[in-house]
Amino acid sequence: MPTRQRAYIVEILTLLALIAAPFVLPHLGFTPTTINRILIWGLVGIGFDLLFGFTGLLSFGQAAFFGTGGMFAAYLLTQTSFTNTVGATLIGTVVAGIAGYLIGLLALRRTGIYFAMITVAIAEVFFFLEFNPLSAYTGGENGLPGVPPPNLDLGFWSMTFESNFEMYAFFAFWYFVGLVIALRIVRSPVGLLLRAIRDNPLRAQALGHNIHGYKLAVFVVAAMYAGFAGSLLGMLQGFMPPDAFMFHTSGEIVMQTAIGGAGWLFGPLLGATVWLFLADFFQTTLNLGATWKLVLGIVFVLLVVFLRKGLVGAIVDLWHLVFPKKSAAAPSAGAAAAPRAATAVGESHHKATKSTSGAILQVTGLTKRYGGLLANSDIDFSVDHGEIRGIIGPNGAGKSTFFKMLTCEVKPTSGKIIFDGRDITGMDVSDACQLGLTKSYQINQLFDRLTVRQNLAIAALGELRGKFKLDMLKSLPKVRGLDAQVEHTAALVHLVERLDTPVAELAYGEKRRLEIGLALATSPSLLLLDEPLAGMSPQERVETVALLKSIAAGRTMIVIDHDMDALFELVGKVTVLQEGRLLVEGTPDQIRNNAQVQEAYLGGMDDEVGVA
Amino acid sequence: MFTWGNIISQCFNGLVLGALLALISSGLTIIYGTLGVLNLAHGAMFMLGGYAGWVAYTYTGSFIVAIVAGALFVMLVGIVSEQLIIRHFYSRPAEDQLLVTFGLGIVFVEVVRYFFGSLSKTVPPPAALTGITPLGFMVYPTYRLALLGIVTVALLVLYFILYRTRIGMIVRAGIEDAVMVDSLGINIQKVFMLVFGIGAMAAGFAGIVNAPVVAVAPDVGDAILVQTFVVVVIGGVGSFPGAVLGGLIAGEIISLTSIVDPAYSYVMLFVAMTLVLVLRPYGLLGTAGRE
Repeated sequence: MPTRQRAYIVEILTLLALIAAPFVLPHLGFTPTTINRILIWGLVGIGFDLLFGFTGLLSFGQAAFFGTGGMFAAYLLTQTSFTNTVGATLIGTVVAGIAGYLIGLLALRRTGIYFAMITVAIAEVFFFLEFNPLSAYTGGENGLPGVPPPNLDLGFWSMTFESNFEMYAFFAFWYFVGLVIALRIVRSPVGLLLRAIRDNPLRAQALGHNIHGYKLAVFVVAAMYAGFAGSLLGMLQGFMPPDAFMFHTSGEIVMQTAIGGAGWLFGPLLGATVWLFLADFFQTTLNLGATWKLVLGIVFVLLVVFLRKGLVGAIVDLWHLVFPKKSAAAPSAGAAAAPRAATAVGESHHKATKSTSGAILQVTGLTKRYGGLLANSDIDFSVDHGEIRGIIGPNGAGKSTFFKMLTCEVKPTSGKIIFDGRDITGMDVSDACQLGLTKSYQINQLFDRLTVRQNLAIAALGELRGKFKLDMLKSLPKVRGLDAQVEHTAALVHLVERLDTPVAELAYGEKRRLEIGLALATSPSLLLLDEPLAGMSPQERVETVALLKSIAAGRTMIVIDHDMDALFELVGKVTVLQEGRLLVEGTPDQIRNNAQVQEAYLGGMDDEVGVA
Repeated sequence: MFTWGNIISQCFNGLVLGALLALISSGLTIIYGTLGVLNLAHGAMFMLGGYAGWVAYTYTGSFIVAIVAGALFVMLVGIVSEQLIIRHFYSRPAEDQLLVTFGLGIVFVEVVRYFFGSLSKTVPPPAALTGITPLGFMVYPTYRLALLGIVTVALLVLYFILYRTRIGMIVRAGIEDAVMVDSLGINIQKVFMLVFGIGAMAAGFAGIVNAPVVAVAPDVGDAILVQTFVVVVIGGVGSFPGAVLGGLIAGEIISLTSIVDPAYSYVMLFVAMTLVLVLRPYGLLGTAGRE
């Protein structure tokens, strides 16, 4: 992601390239029509890249929107008295967006391969609708001929873009507009959340974001880009072809993006350039006739096998190879390991609660049944404001299930959860987080392809922006209070020097701290920690306990862990679970000397000593 | 149009098409269930079966040889693709698997186009199965009747392999938990290869036995792929019974809609898929967590 000081360099370079292209490309063998087509495919691709490269949703149905937008605009321009091509394009875009919204509601009910299959099926339905029932409007297999070239009518001045060069100017202008908008989206809070959804959708949701809403939003945006480009296609060809709706059109969008490289916005443009150039070259220069598709198919397979990141990715990799990154001076091991409990920065920050004393969390009769297995049975449990509670129990006691019900990740079979005076039973996990209840996970749930700063920002945005907000054109750094909260949290978990390091490069202990940091950055009033010490060395445990103590001030926490020495040092009261039931509660000393607890750990069904 | 005879014969057509879709979809679904790969080249495999059979028929004049050649050739193609390419993608993201199988599908289609052109090829049914058969209440093309029988037998064989043999047990166990099967000391690599081969063969077999009904052309697999997806979404991914049920439902929807207007058959198919997605998101016989 471009940093702030060179924010507009991408835009300026693109502008220069667009100005130079019509003078340079013909010398390389590109015909003027091909150059114009590249821009149209590049435009569809921008939207598709937002969907696939940034959000991780691979749709094989973009042709539906490409065709819908194009057909609608072409119909307006050929069958009605509408003559304003820009107006028709915008209407086509909106219609494609509406189609995208309706289809998205259905297709986004599922993810992964289901999503891919549903988009294929839906696009095919669009094709059949165009071809038969709607052929009176769309021309069926003939398409709609007679689409006028682009014009611009400002009332006092009008112009028609008829020659190839004029058309290029028109298309290049719109490509540039499309790109600038997409860049803004990518740099907005929504843009960051899209990448969060790509890397770890469940955690993004648990951090208080309505991921379904954001997926639907980007699906609509991608549909609008496709519809926009489809409208332009009719004007370029003077004819709106029915094959814009076909499966192979969707396939070409996917392939061009994969060839160019997904996740850079420019990939599709580069992919289209290579694709159309090779198509021309194989057909006219080498006289391969229809074989060009075979050659391109083989090239595509080889590329997917060997060059996963596409051409742009390869260029970037090569760049890093030639000009190695100045690695952000990694702190030496000793410095990182130094216990810094005393240096906890400032007041811990958390959401205001309605009450400030008494019980913040009250659970009655909580039960979870998985088929015949009773994971939690009739648990009554209550935690007061400002308390630090520990939960222990042998493996299989139902501790993690209990936590999952508290955070609303799992719906209880029966029972009631009251958080801060509100019944949250059966709420969505994102709502629970918005109310101030969140969890750090037993197994790290991070956004691996993003930096520490971006990870913390994703968590902080949940609190700063709410569950869903379409501030797609707002610059991320302009979100009020974001930087402060990210840096404050980073200081709490001792990751200030690592803010711009990608998560994949962090050491295990650092990842563990970031895991806690993600939960902290949502400013929870009740923080659940599921085995925060899991997998740590004795030295790291000492540091983490110190860290937990430092963030405990003024906060309510519930901690699960198997390391009893560490836990008993931290908490004021301990709850023991055994076989899904609440066994006993008491101070650490009472628990230590409780015969039932000793029995639970040493005798009975579980012959395992709970200390890892 | 709405005569009883018409409705009954369309019901029969739906049954034949449904059985065919069930067979193709079972191939797709056991590959996905076991290997976790959605094979976008599955439609092309169907097409390859038709062409391999056509070539064999052209040289030998025997329909039996054509069927065997179609099925075995596509099985071989499946095994070779799995060994050369697909198996390197098991650990890569689902998007990569989709991209590479999509690319393979294009290569298969274009290779066929290169060698045999874009015009369709027909394989006539064997002489004994031409003409029509009186069924008492109506007359019906003999080969379609035979086709229903052939495909039903093929489905039964597949059922037998999956539910009554050792390899089938391993495959079904692999659908539930591939890691566990691997750790039980079973060579899962070999099983994967075989499953991909068998899944591809199901499509190839369907491709050649359907050739006397619908002529084979390079892009004949596209429509089949889409219909197969709808079948799998309706029936539930990874479920053999789901594929059969979904196939029959899809076949009947397509055929019965055709009585009114064939143009709407896809629309109705889509409506059915939508209903399933809204009411039972994991498919009629599917279970959660298989995606």
